[in-house]
Amino acid sequence: MRYLPHTDKEIFEMLDTIGKESLDDLFCTVPEDCRYEGDIEVGKKLTEWQLDEHFEELADKIAVGPRHKVLIGAGRYDHYIPETVRALMSRSEFLTAYTPYQPEMAQGTLQGIFEYQTLTARLLGVDAANASMYDGGSALAEALLMGLRVSRKKKTVAVSRAIHPHYLEVVRTYLQETEFKIVELPFDKNGGTDLSKLRELDDIAAVAVQSPNFFGVVEDLENLGKDIHEAGALFIGSFSEPLAYGLYKSPGECGADIVCGEGQSMGLAKGFGGASLGMFGCKEKFVRNLPGRLVGQTVDKEGKRGFVLTLSTREQHIRREKATSNICSNQGVCAMSAGMYMASVGGTGLREIAKLNYDKANYLKSQLLTVGAEVVFDAPIFNEFVLRFPFDFEKVRKKLFEEEKVVGGLPLGKFFFELEGSHLFCATETLSKEDVDRIVACVKRYRSKEVAA
Amino acid sequence: MKEFDELNLPDNLRYTEDHEWAKLEGDVVRIGVSDYAQDQLGDIVFVEMPEVGDSFEKGEEFGTLESVKAVSELYLPISGEITAVNEALVDEPELLNADSYANWIIEVRPENADELEGLLSVEQYIEIVKG
Repeated sequence: MRYLPHTDKEIFEMLDTIGKESLDDLFCTVPEDCRYEGDIEVGKKLTEWQLDEHFEELADKIAVGPRHKVLIGAGRYDHYIPETVRALMSRSEFLTAYTPYQPEMAQGTLQGIFEYQTLTARLLGVDAANASMYDGGSALAEALLMGLRVSRKKKTVAVSRAIHPHYLEVVRTYLQETEFKIVELPFDKNGGTDLSKLRELDDIAAVAVQSPNFFGVVEDLENLGKDIHEAGALFIGSFSEPLAYGLYKSPGECGADIVCGEGQSMGLAKGFGGASLGMFGCKEKFVRNLPGRLVGQTVDKEGKRGFVLTLSTREQHIRREKATSNICSNQGVCAMSAGMYMASVGGTGLREIAKLNYDKANYLKSQLLTVGAEVVFDAPIFNEFVLRFPFDFEKVRKKLFEEEKVVGGLPLGKFFFELEGSHLFCATETLSKEDVDRIVACVKRYRSKEVAA
Repeated sequence: MKEFDELNLPDNLRYTEDHEWAKLEGDVVRIGVSDYAQDQLGDIVFVEMPEVGDSFEKGEEFGTLESVKAVSELYLPISGEITAVNEALVDEPELLNADSYANWIIEVRPENADELEGLLSVEQYIEIVKG
């Protein structure tokens, strides 16, 4: 479906047909005092060249790749995006169509979403995946609501504190005006989720655990899953870095009933923290409780393969207040990009990229250990890890930024008071050995000054 | 859709305003939906049923019927514990369209069998269906 803007003539004809003078007349039902009078502050008009210059200036002020090496993941990861994704996504049929769910009009888009769902289901180890949610946070909140729906009578959900703090904030926002309660589960000395609190609780509908978790720690999902199921709760596997499942077992393979998380790593730019992609899937027996849109494969009256929205009776345009979710849309462009990314790199490619992430992160970690860093959590990692330093690392971090154009990790104190002074690092396939070596040399240079001072 | 005189509404059953029927069979009560309900819903494609052993209060939702055009909640006419669900409906939900009386949905052990007497008679139910 192409996006073709209306001409002034067409707009006039439409207004004329309904007997209105101007576009403003269409808003006459909005009360006077609810309307904004005056100019909206968006700056003055710029030429294309001025605009380019303006954005260049802005770009110079922020530390992003490729000008900088950013050793921060924490939910947004610096990955290469194959040119195939950009080339295919530049097609206007994919880019401009809004809610293109009409099967008569949008077979290409529907097929694209269907393929995204299929690849997502395989990556996450689930039977069915939906057409996507907004982001990792909303996906987790929807997963918890789904758990409450499936359990019918229970009113409490439990979430690991090692889940991305932003996701937990979204969850709290979703649930704060409801009758449902959230219990937080602590992390142990190795950075993994501690489920011992579960034994004291009943009435738990679902337990959510993230792996790799916010500290980069790969959780023991299989054993956690067993304990969660023994407690009579549904097991929700959350994630912020799905690339890890190129190397580690996916939550679905480890027995998770619902798997949900952020899909930015699958061919989407880091941006300013968005646009995002909520990947979401579940076991087949829960499919009627799945939130969001779902594309299915069918045949037309001549027996030819085609694609339509399926199980729509779950959705709010049919089921109103009993719908499985208020999300009646999906992240179309992002889901399509992720589908293209997964199809472009393939299973083998995904494994190779995941291995590169693992190797580079472990190399960076081991090299930083040689210049005084200490491991905070003794656990397997994927591409992130937490370190602390026996000297004032903030000063060294400043030097890394000024001299090497490197953003040296994320200070964790603002997220976890008990981790004040610790930093979360990330290394992906975009970091070279030379980068690591100059980073480590810089730390070494200023560490000695710190220690001497 | 069926005309009123085409509807099959047996007089040996109790009915509810939500178009369910109930019938005492020994010490359990069988619950299903009326011919009117299945006819209104159209082709039924999925029946969501509770687990055996679940308990519900009278009027509580115990499952759903999904047809090609709508989803309807099922409400328990009497309080009690689920003793059986009709497994045949899992694979062949369309049985409800074929005969919504032979194909009951659940069996309940009532907390208080007298509650059955409080349900609608066929005459009262016919008034509701006629509107």
